[in-house]
Amino acid sequence: MTAGYNTISLGTGRKEFNPRKERPGLEEYLVEAGQGVLQQIEGGAKSVDESVLGNFMAAHFNHQGNLPGFFPMIDKELEFKPATSVEGACGSGSLSLVSGIKSVLAESAEVVLSMGAEVQNTVKAIYGADILAYAGWFKNRKKGHAYFFPGQFSDRAGAYFEKYDRDRARKGMAQWYANAIENARLDPTAQEYHNTHPDPYGLSYKSEPNGKVFVDHLNYMDCSKVSDAASGIIIASEEGLKRIGIAKKDAVEVVGYAQVIRNITEDPTELTELKAIKTAIQKVFADTGLTIDQIGTIEVHDCFSIAGILTVEALGLAKPGEGCDFVAAGHTKRDGIIPINTTGGLIGWGHPTGGTGVHQAVTIWQQLTGKAGDAQIKISADKPYGMTINMGGDDVTINAIIYKQGE
Amino acid sequence: MTYEERIQNVSVLGAAGKMGSGILLLTAVEMANLSLKPENKGKTFVLNAIDLSDEGLAGLRPYIQAQVRKIAEKQTVWLRSVYADRADLIQNGEIIEQYIFDVLNIIRPTTAMEVAYRSSLIFEAVSENPELKVKILSQIDQNNKNQAWYFTNTSSVPIHLIEDKANLTGRVLGFHFYNPPAVQKLVEVITTPNTSKEMVEFASAYAKALRKITVPANDIAGFIGNGHFMRDGLHGLSEATKLSAQFSWPEAVYMMNKVTQDYLVRPMGIFQLMDYVGIDVMQFIMKVMNPYMSDETIHSDVIDQFMELGVKGGQMSSGAQKDGFLKYEKGKPVAAYDPSTKSYISFADFAEKCDAALGAMPDGAVVWKAALRLKNKEEVFSNFFANMKKSDALGAKLGAQYGARSNAIGQKLVSDGVAANAEDVNTVMLTGFFHAFGPVNTYFD
Repeated sequence: MTAGYNTISLGTGRKEFNPRKERPGLEEYLVEAGQGVLQQIEGGAKSVDESVLGNFMAAHFNHQGNLPGFFPMIDKELEFKPATSVEGACGSGSLSLVSGIKSVLAESAEVVLSMGAEVQNTVKAIYGADILAYAGWFKNRKKGHAYFFPGQFSDRAGAYFEKYDRDRARKGMAQWYANAIENARLDPTAQEYHNTHPDPYGLSYKSEPNGKVFVDHLNYMDCSKVSDAASGIIIASEEGLKRIGIAKKDAVEVVGYAQVIRNITEDPTELTELKAIKTAIQKVFADTGLTIDQIGTIEVHDCFSIAGILTVEALGLAKPGEGCDFVAAGHTKRDGIIPINTTGGLIGWGHPTGGTGVHQAVTIWQQLTGKAGDAQIKISADKPYGMTINMGGDDVTINAIIYKQGE
Repeated sequence: MTYEERIQNVSVLGAAGKMGSGILLLTAVEMANLSLKPENKGKTFVLNAIDLSDEGLAGLRPYIQAQVRKIAEKQTVWLRSVYADRADLIQNGEIIEQYIFDVLNIIRPTTAMEVAYRSSLIFEAVSENPELKVKILSQIDQNNKNQAWYFTNTSSVPIHLIEDKANLTGRVLGFHFYNPPAVQKLVEVITTPNTSKEMVEFASAYAKALRKITVPANDIAGFIGNGHFMRDGLHGLSEATKLSAQFSWPEAVYMMNKVTQDYLVRPMGIFQLMDYVGIDVMQFIMKVMNPYMSDETIHSDVIDQFMELGVKGGQMSSGAQKDGFLKYEKGKPVAAYDPSTKSYISFADFAEKCDAALGAMPDGAVVWKAALRLKNKEEVFSNFFANMKKSDALGAKLGAQYGARSNAIGQKLVSDGVAANAEDVNTVMLTGFFHAFGPVNTYFD
């Protein structure tokens, strides 16, 4: 993978965001991110064999379907070539990546333009919650919370509090938020880039969840925000890399990936565990023969702080019930044992639902190839691998991918 | 009659007006919430929206619909539990639409006053004309067999006068909302010696359901809110008149408006507030109040002059500010009216000169919005106003005098028995007028 590009993640928190003013639409985001990628490769769109777009709910947020037809708007040279769009809720972005990977592996394409996008500030949050709830089983919607997904993960947080320790958990969750803000301030495209709060940790820790106005066990800092953004990246074979004139060192190699789904019609058997994520992680490690100790940085799917902490446990970085302490101790900070979400993750950078998976890959590509700017962390030789974990719904559509700088 | 029974058939008179539509909205929401309780299933709730204006009534539905949507969007968590047994309502959007429908379904807009004959509770929000109020209420009561209760929204007419003349002994009280009723937290409650205990208890329960703060005011024309505001406005007018010996009228208005906003840390200057209320409304209220004042005159020649010139202020039905003493662009004052040339003179033409004449702002100044959030308000205000008193600058002198006059007005409301105590006066000004500090204080001693 190479030539990644992210638009800004627009929404509350960005200075240029004004809910009363007209904003760029899905079209503008696709054009910016798509051209941002194509400008980095030799031959531009002419070099691209096929395109794929991850998107979750354009049909509702933007009243738009048939998304493959938008690629020629990015560049005329993409017209009359193959293109696909894929959907797996907030895991749509990584489905776009995996779709591209499979085309390259099947040798049906040498160069694939993989994109992910979502523009969701088109409706108020209370109606957006209805749209995002389509990521769950609709037959469960009636009994669900007004804010359906915050409700689902609030239940997970509540179960975690009950089983382990509420205060320890909330300290971990507050530290998760603090890390997200610290990292986002280093990436000019991040939604929290303009955040200047002097004490993000205290802000989150002191904000007691209030079920009367929101959900019982999460505060607003525990949640990713509503975001508009698009990301794009090139997936290429070695032949493809030559065609587009990119040196291997400026690309990342996909070392392995695991694609896992969980039955959407069944409730999770254990609320304090992300079983599908855990399975995907175990699978990708088994396939690649790698261990967590060899991973230098990870992008995890922290749609909610508790999801981040449960993923830390699923990764084997901490025992069940101790992920909160691992985070609270600072081990996932940018200078910690394992830097996680180095440009802010979903809570700090933003969560354009269908675009997030691609954004995660772009961040890992930036970090492993030394292109992360102010957000750059040091990648040591004994831990050269990067990883992304993208989730659709409540632990339903999962992709875990491992990357390494090309050589 | 229980609270629920009393509120099952209600009429709002003047429902299309600025105050009436707000009262209608709040009452409709309260009635809808009651109707949605399991124990009230099958009961019919009726809210008559009565107004003389067909045009006004036609505009009511869009207003109520938009406002109820905002309310529903904020209460969706609760509404989902209310409609939990409705299998057909699944998404937030569906639930919000149903709630809007249920609220609107209670409201019956009409120009026919006769429908109020069947109500048990009647809100009166017609224009501030004592004769009109008396005429309408007596007509309804003569035809209403329910021993109905009457809540009048008058801000100035003594309640006992309405009680006597409309023959409503013990069945009328003043329930004075602040503008706009949907937003303002304050309600002044005015009783007469005859008002029944049950009615007062109902008023208090109803106010609580609407999440309003009630302050009791004695039945003296103007009550607390207008009692302070009319005198405060008169002081602003008289200070501007004095200044106009040295400055042009627009300059004097600009300066007093600035002093009352910036030096007294208020949300708007006194001339802007008078425009907001309406110069016509001010004249009307003063006319109603004045006959009841034994030791002072509540009257302004300047107000009469502006009314003759047709410069009235007030608000458009959209809520936008009409031009009055001041001219507005995007809600902000930009010019002041000059009666001699019958035109607005832009602030830009004289602001610099006037600001220089007012002199330096005393140290420790704080703007209104920031002041509301201060935790050490008293300390900040003590310091700022102490510096104001020490300063010889014209602005500081006018500010300190204004603060002292406001204080005196507040104290007189207590000594005249309009308010039970200084705290009630301060509550009214803090919650009804959004002042950052109560008028009764020691800052300007």
